Amino acid sequence: MIRFENVGLRYGIESEVLRDISFTLNPGSFHFMTGASGAGKSSLLKLMYLAHRPSRGLITLFGRDMARVTRPELPELRRQIGVVFQDFALLDHLSALDNVALPLRMAGASDADMVEHCTEILRWVGLGSHLHAKPSTLSGGQQQRVAIARSVINRPRLLLADEPTGNVDDGIGMRLLYLFEELHKLGTTVVIATHNEALIRRFNHPHLHLDNGRLHVVPAQTARGG
Amino acid sequence: MALFLLSRPSDLPLARDPSARFLVWITALMVFLATLALAGAMMVSEMAQRWDSGLAGGLTVQIAPLPGGGAAPLDERVEAALTVLRSSPGVKTARALTSADTARLLEPWLGPEAADPLLPMPRLIDVTTDGPVDVPGLAQHLKSAAPGAILDDHAVWLADLRSFTGAVHLAALGLVGLIGGAGVMSVIFSVRAGLAIHRHVVELLHLMGATDRYIARQFERHVVGLSLRGGMVGLALALATLAGVHHASRGLRASLLPDLTLAPWQWAALALVPLAAALLALATARWTVLRRLESLP
Repeated sequence: MIRFENVGLRYGIESEVLRDISFTLNPGSFHFMTGASGAGKSSLLKLMYLAHRPSRGLITLFGRDMARVTRPELPELRRQIGVVFQDFALLDHLSALDNVALPLRMAGASDADMVEHCTEILRWVGLGSHLHAKPSTLSGGQQQRVAIARSVINRPRLLLADEPTGNVDDGIGMRLLYLFEELHKLGTTVVIATHNEALIRRFNHPHLHLDNGRLHVVPAQTARGG
Repeated sequence: MALFLLSRPSDLPLARDPSARFLVWITALMVFLATLALAGAMMVSEMAQRWDSGLAGGLTVQIAPLPGGGAAPLDERVEAALTVLRSSPGVKTARALTSADTARLLEPWLGPEAADPLLPMPRLIDVTTDGPVDVPGLAQHLKSAAPGAILDDHAVWLADLRSFTGAVHLAALGLVGLIGGAGVMSVIFSVRAGLAIHRHVVELLHLMGATDRYIARQFERHVVGLSLRGGMVGLALALATLAGVHHASRGLRASLLPDLTLAPWQWAALALVPLAAALLALATARWTVLRRLESLP
């Protein structure tokens, strides 16, 4: 699914924010990404959802060497990745339904399909009665669920979430993690960046732990025990 | 639920941008000016064509009354000139205008007094040709057969007319080009402003897998809508202006100006100006957005 080999990332002439990152994520796996603030979690996620190109090293995504992928080929690859942004990144002028429909619209889905699938997924995340609500009228937790619905509407092969529980209380955070668990069971590869140790201790998944730009893969059993 | 389908909102809230209103009015002004420039060029062209076809392929002989008693009477000299003309190679017909005809021609300048028999009026002979005419030789013959005869082959008039028409066409073309250039700049400005205002949304769409063409289409739809709206306003104003000019020209007592009218196909061509403006705006918006998006990874 994803392979990083000796990947480094620097912004401009600054020193590297990610150094010698090497790991492999198998299809259908579930990983937490942990680390202190500024450790490089967001940067690593950005490399994974193709917002940046690495300064060095090799990234293989869905079996494609990213160094050889041309710019016109990137949108197709990006559509196979669902991203839940830390700030939700919902479009304020669109309703919950229209926000969730965005990936389908980009993929050229028919209107009927869009309505059916978006309604279904919003009901699944418990927002069936808020289909036409604008994000500004929704609570933080509801906005988070719209963002999650949008990230999974087109059944992505890889789901990345950046601090998805950062803006919600523990109860809602737990519900969101159960949502990710369900998606994982459907075969989606999931990576969740978080520093909420209390929440992730309850789930038995390996960690990608970042420390000062370097990555340590912590296996599931150890993670649970630690 | 159907409302969702019918409304089909744009991913980018471009309609709220301050540049949206500006683009409507700037397009209205551009289309107004371009339509007037094109209509002016068409009218001048039409007028010049009528004059050209009336003057080309013809000659005019003017026989002036001569002072003193030595010369033959005017009618005799006219007859002599007609004889020379009708025997000249290349001349198809030669017809002497009556004094009444001449008075009618001069009436716009001289008024009803043009028909006064005491006024020394020249006689004119209208000549049509069907082949090459030796103009200097014919002028010489006419002078000796009918003293006071002057042969005019309209060459100077035609040359001036054609040069004037060319200059008007060039000016109209230049004006339309300038207007189009200003329109393109306005669209570029508006689209760049939109890209800057909605940079975060554009980047988000890009990261979600939107192709550059998908994002560009959002701007194209927006800009074409505004351009068509502004273009229709500009066209309506231009047509009202042309109708006003036409009405005013009909009120002129003397026929110093030819009819300022346009053929149906020319009206149809003018009606296409807003469409052309919208197409230009579409191409400009696409080019601007695609160029800007190239900087995204």
